[in-house]
Amino acid sequence: MTKTEKKPGIVTRNLNVTFNGVPAIENIDLELHRNTVTAVIGPSGCGKSTFLRALNLMHDMTPKCKVTGQITILDKEITEYTGVELRKRVGMIFQKPNPFPDMSIFDNVISGWKLSGMHNKKFYNEIAEKALRNSDLWDEVKDRLKEPAISLSGGQQQRLCIARTLAVEPYIILMDEPTSALDPISTQNVENTIYRLKSEYTFIIVTHNMQQAARISDVTAFFYLGKLVEVGSTRKIFTNPDEKLTEDYVSGKFG
Amino acid sequence: MELNSITYSKAKLRRRKFVNALMLSLCVVSALITIIPLIYIFFYTTGAGLSSLNLDFFTELPKPVGEEGGGMANAIVGTLILIGIGSVIGIPIGIMSGIYVAEYSKQLFANIIKFLTDVLTGIPSIIIGIFVYGIIVLPMKKFSALAGGVALGILMIPTITRITEEMFKLVPMSLREASLALGVSRWRTTVSIVLRTALSGIITGILLAIARAAGETAPLLFTAFGNSFWSSSLDEPISSIPVQIFNYAISPYEEWHNKAWAGAFILISLVFVINLIVRIITRQKYENTV
Repeated sequence: MTKTEKKPGIVTRNLNVTFNGVPAIENIDLELHRNTVTAVIGPSGCGKSTFLRALNLMHDMTPKCKVTGQITILDKEITEYTGVELRKRVGMIFQKPNPFPDMSIFDNVISGWKLSGMHNKKFYNEIAEKALRNSDLWDEVKDRLKEPAISLSGGQQQRLCIARTLAVEPYIILMDEPTSALDPISTQNVENTIYRLKSEYTFIIVTHNMQQAARISDVTAFFYLGKLVEVGSTRKIFTNPDEKLTEDYVSGKFG
Repeated sequence: MELNSITYSKAKLRRRKFVNALMLSLCVVSALITIIPLIYIFFYTTGAGLSSLNLDFFTELPKPVGEEGGGMANAIVGTLILIGIGSVIGIPIGIMSGIYVAEYSKQLFANIIKFLTDVLTGIPSIIIGIFVYGIIVLPMKKFSALAGGVALGILMIPTITRITEEMFKLVPMSLREASLALGVSRWRTTVSIVLRTALSGIITGILLAIARAAGETAPLLFTAFGNSFWSSSLDEPISSIPVQIFNYAISPYEEWHNKAWAGAFILISLVFVINLIVRIITRQKYENTV
């Protein structure tokens, strides 16, 4: 499996998620291609995050949450993966930077390997440097790798979380509002990172920020009240959407 | 709205000020009542115990009545052994059941366990002693260090279970998710991320449980029993500081009374030092998180 093939990385068919019997997303049919950046937009509570978390089996942790329908990830049914196997291929970045607070910067970057029981220190240095360079953090932290991760600024912490995810070498990276807790400059740094890495990875970004979706994504999917309203090239969604609802949302008439 | 449109009378205001002062002074008096016994006990046992404390107290066996000198060496070592056995039983069971309740069990089952551990915490320790007497001493047909250690271990379990659970709950969900999202397995996340983050709090709980168990007399009376000599094995009766204090204190001999005070001083110092360590650990914890 080469990473550059232009074929679907993620396909969902009739995907439903319910919490306590209440549907959060209903009948989502989506095809997300490899090496593209897909933005998922929509007002609060429309099921964006719920959709994203279904893609790396994160709902398994939530009691009384039920996921039905078909998800195909990298040409394989999601049910054929264990959680561990899947999440090594499908990484996730969260809204609030969540570095491990009692680990150093270095230990955070290699935590995915270390906690999975790979103990080769020489390999660690290589992985850490590559991942930190990829997330544009290397120059800022190369002299202080042993310092605690929480000594970094919020924006740096988020890029550290990206480095930590990149270090595991996933194919797909899910991002749940990755910049909503960051200042504009940190946001720009993260966006640059995504832009630069999109030839190697498949990104799916949930965002509240429509300018962000317009800036960095190739494809945009608009969710409303748990349903997929429209999906298409970002240019089309923002300039000439098929649905009236989409047009109203991207032009700021509601949200 | 103008200020004088609020109706108030000077008499009402005076009354409120008086009630306020009264309540505040009651609070101050209560706070003093809380700490006075501790200060009194501390100074009294120090005064009475320190005079009969010498090197022999830590190295010698108890002497028979009438003979001068002697010490509590066997009781000090005995207490350490009993705490050791209690810890070997209480710490792993306490931590693991706490982890189960916090991370894995269904809500209903978790609530049942929480309720029962609360009840267990409230059960008088002498009843635990009787229980262990029934399950270990009677079948073995003798008092033993093992039985005493088991009794202390059972006493420690509910405290450690609850504190483990509470500390696990304080670890943010986002850390678990961060670890799982990296493809780390659930049990590894629990051990390497959640337990590690919660560890200083859990150690605090363990130390407090040990401090409590170290001073227990009642559950040891029918289990470890006591011993005037070195006990050679875990299935023999063993001496402990609290039981030794008890035996000396109810004796009619002045010399033994002094020994009891010295023992009490050692016990209080032990609890004091453990609490001090707890303070240091928790302070570091807060410095780290802020």
